[in-house]
Amino acid sequence: MSSKSPDESTTPRDSQTESATETMNLVEAVRHALHTEMARNERVMVLGEDVAENGGVFRATAGLLESFGGERVVDTPLAESGIVGTAIGLAMTEMRPVAELQFMGFAYPAFDQLVSHAARMRSRSHGQYTVPMVVRAPYGGGIRAPEHHSESKEAFFVHEPGLKVVVPSTPADAKGLLIASIRDPDPVVFLEPKLVYRAFREDVPTDAYGTPLGEASIRREGSDVTVYTWGAMVHPTLIAADNVADEDGIDVEVVDLRTLSPLDVETVVDSFEKTGRAVIVHEAPKTAGLGAEIAATIQEEALLHQEAPISRVAGYDVPMPLHELEDYYLPQALRIQEGIREAVSF
Amino acid sequence: MSTQNEADQQPDSATAHGTADPLQILDADGTVLSNATVPDLSDGDLIAMYEDIKLARRFDQRAISLQRQGRIATYAPMTGQEGAQVATGYALAAQDWLLPTYREHAAKYVHGMDLASLLKPLCGLREGYAIPDDVNVMPEYIPIATQVPQATGMAWGKQRQGETDTAVLCHFGDGATSEGDFHEGLNFAGVFDVPTVFVCNNNQWAISVPREHQTASETIAQKAAAYGIEGVRVDGLDPLAVYAVTRAALQKAKNPADDERRPTLIEAVQYRYGAHTTADDPSTYREEDEAEDWREKDPLDRMQNFLTNRGLLDDDLEAEIDERIETQLTEAVESVEAATTDPATMFDHVYDVLPARLREQRAELESLREKYGDDAFHEVLE
Repeated sequence: MSSKSPDESTTPRDSQTESATETMNLVEAVRHALHTEMARNERVMVLGEDVAENGGVFRATAGLLESFGGERVVDTPLAESGIVGTAIGLAMTEMRPVAELQFMGFAYPAFDQLVSHAARMRSRSHGQYTVPMVVRAPYGGGIRAPEHHSESKEAFFVHEPGLKVVVPSTPADAKGLLIASIRDPDPVVFLEPKLVYRAFREDVPTDAYGTPLGEASIRREGSDVTVYTWGAMVHPTLIAADNVADEDGIDVEVVDLRTLSPLDVETVVDSFEKTGRAVIVHEAPKTAGLGAEIAATIQEEALLHQEAPISRVAGYDVPMPLHELEDYYLPQALRIQEGIREAVSF
Repeated sequence: MSTQNEADQQPDSATAHGTADPLQILDADGTVLSNATVPDLSDGDLIAMYEDIKLARRFDQRAISLQRQGRIATYAPMTGQEGAQVATGYALAAQDWLLPTYREHAAKYVHGMDLASLLKPLCGLREGYAIPDDVNVMPEYIPIATQVPQATGMAWGKQRQGETDTAVLCHFGDGATSEGDFHEGLNFAGVFDVPTVFVCNNNQWAISVPREHQTASETIAQKAAAYGIEGVRVDGLDPLAVYAVTRAALQKAKNPADDERRPTLIEAVQYRYGAHTTADDPSTYREEDEAEDWREKDPLDRMQNFLTNRGLLDDDLEAEIDERIETQLTEAVESVEAATTDPATMFDHVYDVLPARLREQRAELESLREKYGDDAFHEVLE
């Protein structure tokens, strides 16, 4: 059924080419990516709860209905398993569905469809059928949201072979990675850090570029210690890196993984070989979070470069607390700095 | 609070197919319809029911205002739906269980939760989820329809343990009827004959998606037929009618005339006057004047007229009720805003006994607070 066709390949934007830019925040960049790709490819459809008339609860799909009509921008009944299951069916008939789940905390009814089918349709059919779909979901805490609206459970999806898991941290990456995800021949879970949705703006190229999946980005170069992180946690990590540089003279390298599955092992290992020290920062609970996987990978690939224990600064192993305590649960610059200092002073 | 009157209004048998016009007792201006029977509630209960509906409305207005001032977080308004919530609460006996959604503030209150407990989670304080031992209310369900199979399971459990005077009632919205859990819960209930009352507060909108785009069924009550149980439609803005059908359903669940305990699906046809939550703007998806037709059947006005017509309510009593409500609300808000929470409490109640690793995490947090002070935790992103 659906397979890679020439126009679907991800074309990295040539950095040498001058491109027009527009200042956008992250949620605007998501909207811009959807608009751009829907204009390019009429098989792209957006479906989910409240995505059409209401433009999405975070306004990520605002204006798409007016531009592309109700056949391609579809309000579905309230049923996550139905949304993802239907999207799988659409994807198997050459459509390119982009399904929205309103919050990651509501993805669980769709979990069976994702792990039992989207992830393994290719392998179960021996390559005959594929599921080129994207499931978008805002994730993470820090916005005083009600219970169940602040989860960061990316490890559930990373653990499933056959799925790709992408988490942008900046507007320009959000656009490039989402376009690449839509063009990707495999199912992609695209997690949007809602804390960053409107936190800042930056120049985003307006052309239809894809940022390749599976490549981490070095946000800050340094030589003493590497901090591995992604999504919303990139930003307090960069603040912490500046603080320890000012206060302690520690030179921190910050690696933004961007794609959690497949993991960019090469960049992870190269950076560790350079610094010999690693701190992993994530807002998901510490136990069995992705930090454990990264630490194990470093141990397997670069043990002899290790200068200090690998440490994790993570959410605690408790249900995400209500907002009065979320600042204590989420890794803030304070805790990240502590982790960096410990790694360096070992 | 809950009452235990036995003379119950039986729904019209035509409603068993779930497609009849919604059952009414009061017409739009609060006059008792000629063919209707007022439920056997005492004058005191009728006045108390009115007072609770009025309290619910004031609570709603106050909560929205507090949210606008940044004093509480996202809130799900209930104006328009207070009548159905309060009426189902009155129909429950104290030993019955209530599984509410995030919008059933009034139903929870009527079944025994205090106002401060309702406000605390909105202030970010999990302490509000603490359920007193003598109150049979489950914590609010935020994921959609997940309470439906649980209600079936609880009712099944009560039945297995011979608690034949206990029923389980769960609320959900029209959107919930699209979720798999709704279908699975009702199907199990029908198969196992468990004493569950499923109340769909059909408020016409699942955030921005209208009921007719949620389901192609003519009514929600008719879905009951698929599971072999009875479906009943009732005017959700008529508190007396909602009370009557809920009492009848509970009766059927607990102690039916024909000795066959059966679940019921009630569709309370109503309207959400305001936004889905304070984070939602209904003007993007529906016409402003749509609510006006529904407001003509407002549950508070109808009960007020009904009680005035019966000579049970006058200006003096109204003033007394208003004063009581304002005092209650002010006290609740003050007590909640004065409440604080210890960050270490996030480690409480995760397990029966806190595992070693979690004890270490709690100690780490405590030592960081001691070393740097609490302000350091609140320095975000800027």
